[in-house]
Amino acid sequence: MLTIKNLHAEVEGKKILKGINLEINKGEMHAIMGPNGSGKSSLASVLAGRDNYTVTEGEVWFNGKNLLDLSPEDRAREGVFLAFQYPVEIPGVSNLNFLKTALNEIRAYKGLPALEAREFLKLTKEKQQLVDFHSNLMNRSLNEGFSGGEKKRNEIFQLAMLDPQLAILDETDSGLDIDALRIVSSGVNKLRDAEKSFVVITHYQRLLEYIIPDFVHVLYNGRIIKTGTKELALELEERGYDWLKEELHLKESV
Amino acid sequence: MINSNEIIDDIANKEYEFGFTTDIEMDIAPPGLNEDIIRFISAKKNEPEWLLEWRLKGFAAFKKMEFPKWQHFEMPALDLQAVSYYAAPRKKKQLNSLDEVDPELLATFEKLGIPLNEQKALTGVAVDAVFDSVSVATTFKGKLKEMGVIFCSFGEAVQEHPELVKKYLGSVVPHTDNIFAALNSAVFSDGSFVYIPKGVRCPMELSTYFRINAQNTGQFERTLIIADDNSYVSYLEGCTAPMRDENQLHAAVVELVALEHAEIKYSTVQNWYPGDKDGKGGIYNFVTKRGICKGAASKISWTQVETGSAITWKYPSVILQGDHSEGEFYSVAVVRNKQIADTGTKIHHIGKGTKSRIISKGISAGHGDNSYRGLVSVGPRADNARNFTQCDSLLIGNQCGSHTFPYIESRNKSAMIEHEATTSKIGEDQIFYLNQRGIDSEKAVALIVNGYVKEVLNQLPMEFAVEAQKLLSITLEGSVG
Repeated sequence: MLTIKNLHAEVEGKKILKGINLEINKGEMHAIMGPNGSGKSSLASVLAGRDNYTVTEGEVWFNGKNLLDLSPEDRAREGVFLAFQYPVEIPGVSNLNFLKTALNEIRAYKGLPALEAREFLKLTKEKQQLVDFHSNLMNRSLNEGFSGGEKKRNEIFQLAMLDPQLAILDETDSGLDIDALRIVSSGVNKLRDAEKSFVVITHYQRLLEYIIPDFVHVLYNGRIIKTGTKELALELEERGYDWLKEELHLKESV
Repeated sequence: MINSNEIIDDIANKEYEFGFTTDIEMDIAPPGLNEDIIRFISAKKNEPEWLLEWRLKGFAAFKKMEFPKWQHFEMPALDLQAVSYYAAPRKKKQLNSLDEVDPELLATFEKLGIPLNEQKALTGVAVDAVFDSVSVATTFKGKLKEMGVIFCSFGEAVQEHPELVKKYLGSVVPHTDNIFAALNSAVFSDGSFVYIPKGVRCPMELSTYFRINAQNTGQFERTLIIADDNSYVSYLEGCTAPMRDENQLHAAVVELVALEHAEIKYSTVQNWYPGDKDGKGGIYNFVTKRGICKGAASKISWTQVETGSAITWKYPSVILQGDHSEGEFYSVAVVRNKQIADTGTKIHHIGKGTKSRIISKGISAGHGDNSYRGLVSVGPRADNARNFTQCDSLLIGNQCGSHTFPYIESRNKSAMIEHEATTSKIGEDQIFYLNQRGIDSEKAVALIVNGYVKEVLNQLPMEFAVEAQKLLSITLEGSVG
């Protein structure tokens, strides 16, 4: 579904991604871990099309389409969803109105008619339960005055509503207490199916106790330096990243 | 016996005969501003002597005044002698079909969802006599008449209800008020007149009919609305479609009078031609709007959405004379390209326990320059007066300007005056967030802006609010990215 080939990107002249290769198939759950500043969030931003990143080399294919040729909104409409690490607040725009606009834009792109009010509300009710999202947050302005946990739950709720093919969760676990973490993870798990793929970016193995990944990748200095299964996450938890860095230096010095 | 009035009439008519004997059938007065022209206008409109006198007093005041210098923009050079002050009824160039209309204008109509017949009317295409709204208008008129509501053109009111016009004309905005009001007093062409009798709640928004009917009221409009004791009226001015007009200067005057327990809601959506992207052309919209809450517990509420005109310069104001009367001002002013808006309100608390609320939302894009200018004054008698002011500015891009000039004058210790102000910018983060949810940048800005102005749009009647919302989106099109 998603193929990343030798992806290089920079921001303000600084090289951030230095040759990422990654293949994600339908229904897979990939975790990307790595120390601070390794390029994890940058990868998410480049995939979503944030315009302060410049791709200098490489390709990204999504369902046969060249993702890098598409505008950010078209990437979203094609089915790429980014759950933001820091969701923005938009005063005066109700959560409900925002979601309805987003959903109908995506539907229009696919040639589907706008959802009728009743169907939309039905869908909303159904998906709200997934992340235990209170209905009183629905009529509030988008993320305005939401707690950290509420914002993150809102991201997962939007994910449920917009039903993308590829969901990238950028440090969704950061700033969550253990209860909120459980709620968010169980929401994600309920959304897993054979059609949907996930990229979960995280610092900590903690999240991966709840969301079991098929693959774990370690990103370091703009490159994926190791790929393994969920056991790799445990090993990282135990040993940190230094042994991997050393391994890498050894390899490079040979 | 001949009474003195008739003698004056005679003399007035004579003078006029000298000046324009052969010109009486003429539709357009020669350019220039002088007493003869004013007499000509008055005679053309078959006005009573007192009104002519009033116009002449306005002209005398005008001659002594100079253009103000305190505004926060460069006052364009206006040659008031080059203008023709009477052209009746002003005919736009008649077009035979919509094919002859500027396609860009049609595209805007399309987006606004303006019905075809209305599009034709707005662009000056000949419209069939079977115009839906005409029959609707007649029905409305019948119903209003039954309730004793007077709603007619200013000229008609002068003929049919001279006692009301004489009593209230200039009672809120005197002919000496400011140079543009003085000019308007001297040469006003027409406008509208509303009288709501005691205890009547006007059953409809006064304008659904008006919108189509009175496009050509002209450059120097005069509106007078009187709500008698315990009455209510909601009045809508303007049109959401972009009206092209060759007149540069629009100097209208609006006067509102609310008697005891009466309420007047006055809503404006202004979308005159703003000029092109370099600031060429466009209307100068210099309007004096003021209401007086004369009676106890009366209320006047101004709501304005200003998106058009090259320069918008106006301060819809309320004089809170009656005890416990209430004044409100809700405003959205949008500028882009080289547009200028210097707008706000003046609220004068005179009576006891008077209350006012000011919500102003300025939006600046492109090279636009937006100023809020407001005065809240509390007189010595206005015990326990209260005011709340909120003044927000939203910036789009980094070439635009936004300024706030709030004045507060309080001469009563028990007064409570609050002022809040914010300035924000539409962030790239916000737009990217919405992009990432499948919403393109144009729609994203529209969504953010509509969220920002919601408090004001909520004050507009439903269908008007929907149109205003679309209008905002169209106005800001292309202002990002």
